[in-house]
Amino acid sequence: MAHSNTPTLSHTRGDDSAHQHTHPLVGHLVPIWLFMAVGGTLLMLTVITVAVRYIDVGEFNIVIALGVAAIKATLVALFFMHLRWDRPFNLLVFLASIVFVILMMSFCMMDTAQYRSQQFVGNAPDVESTLQSNAPGAPVARFKPYTP
Amino acid sequence: MTTLPNTQGAPVDDHHAHDADGAHAHDAHGEHAKYKFLQHHFETPAHQFDSAKLGMWLFLATEVLFFGGLFVAYAVLRARFPEVFTYSSHYLNTLMGGVNTCVLILSSITMALAVRFAQTNKKNAMLICLVLTFMGAVGFMVIKYFEYSHKIHENLVWGKSFYVPPESEEGQAERMILEKPLPSAPAALLVVNPATDAVPTLVTTPVVEASAIKAASSAPKGLATARQEAKAEHLPVAEHDLALAHPTLHLADPKMPANSHMFFAIYYCMTGLHGIHVLAGMVMLGWLIWRGARGDFNSNYFTPVDVGGLYWHIVDLIWIFLFPLFYLIH
Repeated sequence: MAHSNTPTLSHTRGDDSAHQHTHPLVGHLVPIWLFMAVGGTLLMLTVITVAVRYIDVGEFNIVIALGVAAIKATLVALFFMHLRWDRPFNLLVFLASIVFVILMMSFCMMDTAQYRSQQFVGNAPDVESTLQSNAPGAPVARFKPYTP
Repeated sequence: MTTLPNTQGAPVDDHHAHDADGAHAHDAHGEHAKYKFLQHHFETPAHQFDSAKLGMWLFLATEVLFFGGLFVAYAVLRARFPEVFTYSSHYLNTLMGGVNTCVLILSSITMALAVRFAQTNKKNAMLICLVLTFMGAVGFMVIKYFEYSHKIHENLVWGKSFYVPPESEEGQAERMILEKPLPSAPAALLVVNPATDAVPTLVTTPVVEASAIKAASSAPKGLATARQEAKAEHLPVAEHDLALAHPTLHLADPKMPANSHMFFAIYYCMTGLHGIHVLAGMVMLGWLIWRGARGDFNSNYFTPVDVGGLYWHIVDLIWIFLFPLFYLIH
């Protein structure tokens, strides 16, 4: 009978208009405070990441930076992208894509490590010719130290 | 994969059967009559919504792999030239990158809110949130424009153009250094002091020897070690990075390692591709704003807003990884 999209209110609690809120026909409603909490956490983690950059922990800098980024990504995926309440298959699709990226990266890094000794030293031909014409001797430092 | 239950109980390919018991045909047709947005090849709105979401997640998986390839390229290049990344990352402005990150996170919040307001029939609030998300995207691209234009002006670009001195006044000063014969010790370094209206002044400063910078093929110790070695030899060293203080002199900078152009190559590839995705997201948001203003979205049908939000969150997610990899290299 009805040929329109406009929904009727499916939940009304008496006549209290403050309590009326429409439920979506499909899917799940996330409370606003949760969005704000997750967003605030993300901003805080950003500040932490930038602050850690100025602290020297040697090898662990990139581990910490990427670790914090992974936590932020998890928060975005679970709450903003709704995976927390969604069909598990969507999460499986997303995780599978990450698994394949990790697979690709592992093999490429193994290759890089294996053939490090056979890698070319120096510049590509185009870069080399530009260097000769514009900056002879650059970019390797050309100056000698001051010896009195 | 779970299949949705066939609530009608009727054969799925027989929705318009006009059998003696008209109840089946009426029920099957009823949903489609009730919801104009429900397409004929889906049984219920929940079926259609789930399919749309799955389709978007499959596309996002391809996006992850799209950027994944570039992340692998980054990893290979950084394993090959760590000193290049340590040095060249000083040319990037961490503050601008951090502000961009916060802008994208805020736009993700407003996008998620827009989905919620669509779900609860609050059309005006939804439109406001979509417009705020769009403005976040615009802000991101504006900051990116300033970053890129500054770098391109200084010839911090990819490939061999990196080694061509820029046409600016500082570039001419560079060209003067590079073309004239080098004096023996004490070495002279042409310095542009921004405090004195860009009038170059000659400063006689002993600089770090070339061999102190490890070659690219061996295991480099990086910029910090070079500075420590200089300090150990009681040579005066700039308090902050030379590159940061005098960003135009990358060609005359004795500390610049070989193959530094590779950093900017991968930088422009990844952030440029991400920027293109932000632009595509802006087009998508404009379309959602137009349709939303037209009144297409409500608590029954908000799917385009939802899947559009998924795309926008992936764009934010990718930037969350790009930011530490380029701007926060120690």
